[in-house]
Amino acid sequence: MKVLRAANMERCIGCYSCSLACARSVYKSLSWKRSGIHIRSSGGISTGFEARVCLACDPAACAAACPTEALRQRPGGGVFFKEKRCIRCGECAKACPVDAIYMDPFRDTPVLCIHCGLCVSFCPHVCLEMVNIAKEDKDDQ
Amino acid sequence: MINKFKVIVVDLSKSKSALEYFDTRDKWLGGSGLAAGLFSHYGLMDEDPFHPDQPVILAIGPLTAYFPLMSKTILGFMSPYNGQYAESHAGGRSALALRFTGYDALVIRGKAKRPVCLALGSQEVHVQDVHFLQGMDIFKTGKRMRNLKPRNPGHRSILRIGPAGENLVRFACINVDTYRHFGRLGGGAAMGAKNLKGIILSGDSHEDLDPGISKEYVKIYNEIYQTVVQSGAVRKYHDLGTPENLIPLNELKALPWRNLQSTHDPEVGAVSGERFAEELLLRQVACAGCPVGCIHIGLLRERFGEEHEYLYRQVSYDYEPIFGMGTMLGVASGPGVLTLLEDVEKLGMDAISAGVALAWATEALDKGVVSENETMVRMEFGNVEAYRKGLEYLAWQPNEFYRTLALGTMAAAEKYGGEDFACVLGQEMAGYATGENYYVSQALGFRHSHLDTGAYSFDQEKDSKDIQKAIDFMQDQENYRVLMCSMAGCLFGRKAYPEETILKALNSLGFNYNKQELRDVVENIKAHRWALKFRTGFKPEEIKIPARYLEVETWKGKTDPGYMNQLKKTYQQVLQEMAAKYIDESEEKNEPS
Repeated sequence: MKVLRAANMERCIGCYSCSLACARSVYKSLSWKRSGIHIRSSGGISTGFEARVCLACDPAACAAACPTEALRQRPGGGVFFKEKRCIRCGECAKACPVDAIYMDPFRDTPVLCIHCGLCVSFCPHVCLEMVNIAKEDKDDQ
Repeated sequence: MINKFKVIVVDLSKSKSALEYFDTRDKWLGGSGLAAGLFSHYGLMDEDPFHPDQPVILAIGPLTAYFPLMSKTILGFMSPYNGQYAESHAGGRSALALRFTGYDALVIRGKAKRPVCLALGSQEVHVQDVHFLQGMDIFKTGKRMRNLKPRNPGHRSILRIGPAGENLVRFACINVDTYRHFGRLGGGAAMGAKNLKGIILSGDSHEDLDPGISKEYVKIYNEIYQTVVQSGAVRKYHDLGTPENLIPLNELKALPWRNLQSTHDPEVGAVSGERFAEELLLRQVACAGCPVGCIHIGLLRERFGEEHEYLYRQVSYDYEPIFGMGTMLGVASGPGVLTLLEDVEKLGMDAISAGVALAWATEALDKGVVSENETMVRMEFGNVEAYRKGLEYLAWQPNEFYRTLALGTMAAAEKYGGEDFACVLGQEMAGYATGENYYVSQALGFRHSHLDTGAYSFDQEKDSKDIQKAIDFMQDQENYRVLMCSMAGCLFGRKAYPEETILKALNSLGFNYNKQELRDVVENIKAHRWALKFRTGFKPEEIKIPARYLEVETWKGKTDPGYMNQLKKTYQQVLQEMAAKYIDESEEKNEPS
């Protein structure tokens, strides 16, 4: 399975098209925050942009922390989310080492990246890419 | 989403806010139309721009955040520059941030006792004492404000004024997210008069998409997004950006140099878009919600020690700022222009107006109209260090001369002389010496801006001296621009958003307009804006086009005074008739419900 990587954030222009696309098509919302990928500057726009997005951990700390198995390990990294199992405890968001799970105070559910890759086609600067984990590991060797 | 306008009205005198709803979507649309509607309701037509209860209005449109390039916020206010109802537009993150606060508009009234920062989120309004920011420049203020609540990094917009706004320079700007501005007509002074040093818009709310419309909406979004990223007409704003126009305009003999003493100079290569891109461009950034990325950031290295000690600054540049701080001042060096842009940015002044003001002062000094006693520094075209001092003096106004110049170039010329060479067309000119149509259009335009009608483009047409065609062109352009600015979209997106596309976008969100209805609404908004401008003191017949414009020589030769005067007379009449056409169908409907 492929996973999303914010590989070239040095190229990011801060347009938020990725976040808005995720909110629009995955979370059926118009939102900056109800999105699996959050873009922010690290102290003003002059410092450039960073992406807060699921790193596709395997094993995933959020899944381990979830008491009701609403989050389950996704093969290849990341997690699957079953909303009907979720008791809105927020443990997943606390467990995420990179703060990539947003607890939506309005819907009271976790918002996270499902590695669907939709945002990639809305990045005008090729900052985002879908990567085959097995290949990525091989490339690293 | 098709509901009443939700407006938050903050009273700085009382430090209290009120939620108001206006059932006027069909009439005001949003953006420009909404700002004008709210000004009709809250504005004090016969009072001074600095009256404490004069409103400062920020408004977004029905397409804001829903579609690409719908990324502008419209500022509606009584201009401290000319005492008339005015608009200024800015991007950055402001539009999306305001959308996600959950409001269609923010109205600020009253005056705080001490400098304050207003912070707005979907569930919070704070008026915070920031006396410690008094006198602080734009960059330091921005840094300090980032530590204020609400903390919502990446999803906030930070608006602030610098010393120029606090000191009521009539062309002080409001800086938005470091690199964007509500630039013209003195929005910064309007904030300064309220003791309002900054505004934080924290975009922390959401809108659920209506399942009934979301499929059609996503389809239209995708179509428009593809047009934007593929169209050369839009992408050009990313590549060299607006500075690509320096060389072509210089070749046309239409680029103002040295207070418009010339319209052409062989030195243009030193400040061209190409030169900036090759030598100084650090990167491009975008406004939130726009994939174009037209904001060009230049790298300015500065040596600060005897040894090899450097610091660097990131300075945004565009065509107009290069004109204002570059060609108009005879500064033909990229780093020189960036140095002045950095200074004007820090102080919080509009780069165009400040540049034109100093250009006039330079010529006035040269001609002996004023002396160095007044200017306090020997300003000469091309002398960057002298202009750095001049900018500082403009913002801080250490003497009578700068106190007058800070009211505007023409105010100073009326007092000291030199009106003939004050490059003022309603306000300090933008960088287009293209001919009679442009001069008249800026002099009489609603915002006194090149963006009102795009007449610089008509100047380049074959029939550019046909009065009826010129009027038709300006009217058509204004109609479209009022529509786009009521959405509130960026005018760089014109090619991606023909009228039919705007109509499709609106209807994909559940609106139900047909073309004629939309045109009728736009016509009424246009008339409304003009009615407000006339009501607050606009007298087109009193606006003069200074003699300098008759001396200008472009590729077409000298200015034709007969055509220009006739066009001005005709256009004045058109505007008067249009303002009279405004129909305020039902006053009660404007009341909050």
